[in-house]
Amino acid sequence: MEYLLIIIGAIFVNNVVLSQFLGICPFLGVSSKVETAAGMGAAVTFVMAISSIVAYLVQYYILVPLGIEFMQTIVFILVIASLVQMVEIVLKKLSPSLYQALGIFLPLITTNCAVLGVALLLVQKEFNLLESFVYAVGTAIGFALALIIFAGIRERLAINGVPKSFKGVPIALVTAGILAMAFMGFSGLV
Amino acid sequence: MVLVLACIAFVCSAAVGLVYKVTLDPITKAEQLKVTQSIAAVLPAFEQTAEDVVTVDGKEFKVFTATDASGAVVGYAFEAYTMNGFSGEIRLMVGFDTEGTVSGIEVLKQAETPGLGANLANPDNVVRKSIEGKKAGELNLKVKKDGGDVDALTAATISSRAYAEVVAAAYEAFKMVNK
Amino acid sequence: MSKLSILTKGIIKENPTFVLILGMCPTLGTTTSAVNGLGMGVATMFVLIMSNIVISLIKNLVPGKVRIPAFIVVIASFVTVIELLMKAYVPSLYETLGVFIPLIVVNCIILGRAEAFASKNGVLDSALDGVGIGLGFTLSLTLLGAVRELLGTGAIFGQQLFNADNGILIFVLAPGAFIALGYLMVIFNKLTAKLNK
Repeated sequence: MEYLLIIIGAIFVNNVVLSQFLGICPFLGVSSKVETAAGMGAAVTFVMAISSIVAYLVQYYILVPLGIEFMQTIVFILVIASLVQMVEIVLKKLSPSLYQALGIFLPLITTNCAVLGVALLLVQKEFNLLESFVYAVGTAIGFALALIIFAGIRERLAINGVPKSFKGVPIALVTAGILAMAFMGFSGLV
Repeated sequence: MVLVLACIAFVCSAAVGLVYKVTLDPITKAEQLKVTQSIAAVLPAFEQTAEDVVTVDGKEFKVFTATDASGAVVGYAFEAYTMNGFSGEIRLMVGFDTEGTVSGIEVLKQAETPGLGANLANPDNVVRKSIEGKKAGELNLKVKKDGGDVDALTAATISSRAYAEVVAAAYEAFKMVNK
Repeated sequence: MSKLSILTKGIIKENPTFVLILGMCPTLGTTTSAVNGLGMGVATMFVLIMSNIVISLIKNLVPGKVRIPAFIVVIASFVTVIELLMKAYVPSLYETLGVFIPLIVVNCIILGRAEAFASKNGVLDSALDGVGIGLGFTLSLTLLGAVRELLGTGAIFGQQLFNADNGILIFVLAPGAFIALGYLMVIFNKLTAKLNK
């Protein structure tokens, strides 16, 4: 039950993009087509799930025993960057088809602040290992959901006449604002 | 190549470690200052405080017993919290005089929605006004929507409910300490 | 390029928020009030200037292959430094900005400037570039924070201008961040288009 609440909270109520403002860059950058949005969403889910476990282990088995929690930011970003590289190499060897599908998105994930953000937040919220994992997966699903919905809207937007000054990012931001308003309807759910 | 990277990492961690050493003292001082200031804000005038811990419903609250120059107790301040806020933790410093009157409430930590629940940190919010200065034993510490006596902030019932819950828990702790 | 144009290009011509569209996460996440926007802008500017200086100093020592990891280590160190300093001397601002302080590491503006400018230019130019871009970022954040604070709560920098009950609350909430930034961008586009004519 508690885990269900964490998942629902992470997907809808505190949606990572629309209410926590993490991962806005890929949200605006990779959302012009539904297919690419789905690919990006899958890649982020994959990386976030693994990185949450690694971040948890690093925090509680390396940083805390050594008393160097203040090095958290540096260590986490390096761990995530090398993790993404490793995932890329392993995927290439083990599952070329999955690599084909996710490959181009992987390098972009290092700079996705949602991944680092989740790693920092799960330490801040004092989750245990399983809760961390569930929270990371929920957050990633929320990210994918927002990205795919948004891509669907933008596909329609592209064939409509948009005033010149609104073209591109401004209209995307206003649309995202309306979408965020819709997501506010979920608040109080948990 | 690896050597250069190792050198950079070494120099950087040494630098960060140095800054950590330098700021460690001010950071702990800043944290302590916040606690002592909030104790002073929620209690009547006192000479000194003694720190202890009480457990209410499995939660550990810090209690600061304030005494005047003659050593008589003038009141208690409780650092109480709940995780039921709209965005998780709400941590308050709640002060009682020896009669059980709520002498003051300060927000130590909250992450509620800016403009809505975050107004709880605003000194003259209605929730605080409906509790402060009254005897906690004569109040039903629930928001009016739940049949209690506490006013709720507009559009922030969950935050107000959590706030009332913390005050109620602090009163439970008060009853355990004040004999 | 003259020193002056390096310094000023970040404010309008290459404004990181309105033109380059970088660092959107802190831009939207921390601008619930003008003061918060200003605080975030200054913190980012500090990291940007320092990392630009250090990176332009070490650019010849670092082999091309490990360039990015080396830059990230330098940036992350400065972020940790500012994090500790803020915790020590402005704890209340640190709490409001929350997780966005460590997230300066992944702010694309900083790595972007390191890669595009500091790794190719001298120390003085890199520092000026850091100041210019940082200033542009700070101004944009403060402006967005001020607009949201005014529309949402009727105040600017905490100075009440009209009754808070008449504010449009949505602007301090998440959706308002997107909408306010979208419209500010439209106004910016209109103005620069007029200027270029």
